[in-house]
Amino acid sequence: MTKIVELRTLAHARAGDKGNRSNVSVFAYDPKDFGLLEAQVTESRLKLHFGHLLRGSIQRFMLPKLYGINLVIDDALGGGVNESLNLDSHGKSWSFLVLSLPVNLDADSNSKSNNPSR
Amino acid sequence: MASRRTYRIGTGAGFSSDRLDPAIDLVKRGQLDAIVFECVGERTLAFGHRDRAKDSNRGYNALLEKRLRALLALCYTNGTQLITNMGVANPAAAAKIAHQIGQELGLSGLRIAVVTGDDVSTLIHNDSMLSEPACTVGETGRSVIGANAYLGSDAIISALKEDPHVVITGRVADPSLFLAPIQHNFNWLAEDWSRLGAGTLVGHLMECAAQVTGGYFVDPGYKSVPNLAYVGFPIAEVSSDGSAVITKLVDTGGKVSTQTVKEQMLYEVHNPSAYLTPDVVADFSGVEISNEGDDRVRVAGAKGTTRPSELKVTVAFDGGYLAEAEVSYAGPGSVGRASLAADIVRDRIKQVHGLDQPCRTDLIGLNAIHGLESESNTDIRDVRLRAALRCDDQETANALLWEVESLLCCGPAGGGGYRGRIEPSVLTYSTFVDRNLVAPKTEMLIV
Repeated sequence: MTKIVELRTLAHARAGDKGNRSNVSVFAYDPKDFGLLEAQVTESRLKLHFGHLLRGSIQRFMLPKLYGINLVIDDALGGGVNESLNLDSHGKSWSFLVLSLPVNLDADSNSKSNNPSR
Repeated sequence: MASRRTYRIGTGAGFSSDRLDPAIDLVKRGQLDAIVFECVGERTLAFGHRDRAKDSNRGYNALLEKRLRALLALCYTNGTQLITNMGVANPAAAAKIAHQIGQELGLSGLRIAVVTGDDVSTLIHNDSMLSEPACTVGETGRSVIGANAYLGSDAIISALKEDPHVVITGRVADPSLFLAPIQHNFNWLAEDWSRLGAGTLVGHLMECAAQVTGGYFVDPGYKSVPNLAYVGFPIAEVSSDGSAVITKLVDTGGKVSTQTVKEQMLYEVHNPSAYLTPDVVADFSGVEISNEGDDRVRVAGAKGTTRPSELKVTVAFDGGYLAEAEVSYAGPGSVGRASLAADIVRDRIKQVHGLDQPCRTDLIGLNAIHGLESESNTDIRDVRLRAALRCDDQETANALLWEVESLLCCGPAGGGGYRGRIEPSVLTYSTFVDRNLVAPKTEMLIV
């Protein structure tokens, strides 16, 4: 049976802004889940779910020592803090947008864990 | 003065409106060599220029006086150097205020260094090319409010050589405010790129104050920290090789953990291997972050390469106005009534007022920010319509507020709690200038 959860159960994240570009860093709580993040927190999956906000290209920088991924997203802030009409013009909450990404726990057998808090 | 011991540096503010009580606590109990107040953002700087244009004695941080009155004597007595960019668009005026407060407090011999030279308005012309958007200043069709280069640690070190108690700057790269006193203390060479990269990491981790001690972090049920209401501000204990322990005072709220430090390390960073500052191209890709006890996290392994030959410049333009107005709908059917109200506002802005600019409407509580439809709206008992538009004149801004307020009698049933506001807006774009064209200066005021 396929188990889909929100990324929030496996990772924590923080968003920052520079101009019209947003960066969202995503870190696995458990190093064992880093492979799953690598496989599923991808440009194509993020665009599929959140393309209406994350309009430009998405670059990924991997930090294997810290079990983290830095997502750098172009054209993500409706013109940037000084031009956007979005209530959250900095995209401070883009971290939680990314953490709402559905991930499939069974897609990568290495990432399975018996942690009951899932 | 060179020193081989651990250098203790704290953060007193991570943004213009940051709290004061944690800063006072840090100076009282932190045994700090220096405390840094980082208070300049692109927007605060632009508004600083506006204030200065209206009154030549203004343009500095609004909390400057309050902060200095609370801290000058404490810093002076405890031997803690106070370093800040609270001068914003007018460091000279801020230094005069500091001098006056020093006199009032009887701090005889207090030395206040003011660093200027970041204002590069005279280097920016109509045909100056912007890097983003890729057009000239003139082609934006907007009037320039101000232009400031990001000064680096070298500008502050020139001031530190004169043994000031207080250093006041305008626009300086945020990490440089921390790197400068660290570099000066350990006598690092100007081309010791590896150590400058390490010191830049320390500055970057510290520059947002509570963001490394548990602020901007808690997510109940997933990530917790104790006593967030009284979150303590950070201390870095820096070693001569540039590695450091990030910590905070005992008996303060918050937490320093590998998680809080990791999140802050990448905050507003793009390529972790190439973080550009005026001082160095820092490389955070090999950084190791390890727990060293309660609220003590060690960071090591940041490196760096040759600094960029150009300095980044922020050019601020007049951006007209942002108008926002809101009204609430509650109880059964609130989403339907608020949606109808939103349609009415957009329709009338176009048809009655003949305005073509985008008028955005959101239902706060439903989909205002991420714009994702939720699966079931039937349980929502309380939703707030927000309408927003940008324009160049006050009259258009007034039209938006008028349309939302008039919903009270003319719109759907049960609308209440109208609020509207009009804010002057600024636009900020970047360009670069040859660093040789920018000449930082230091002036000393002595009480």
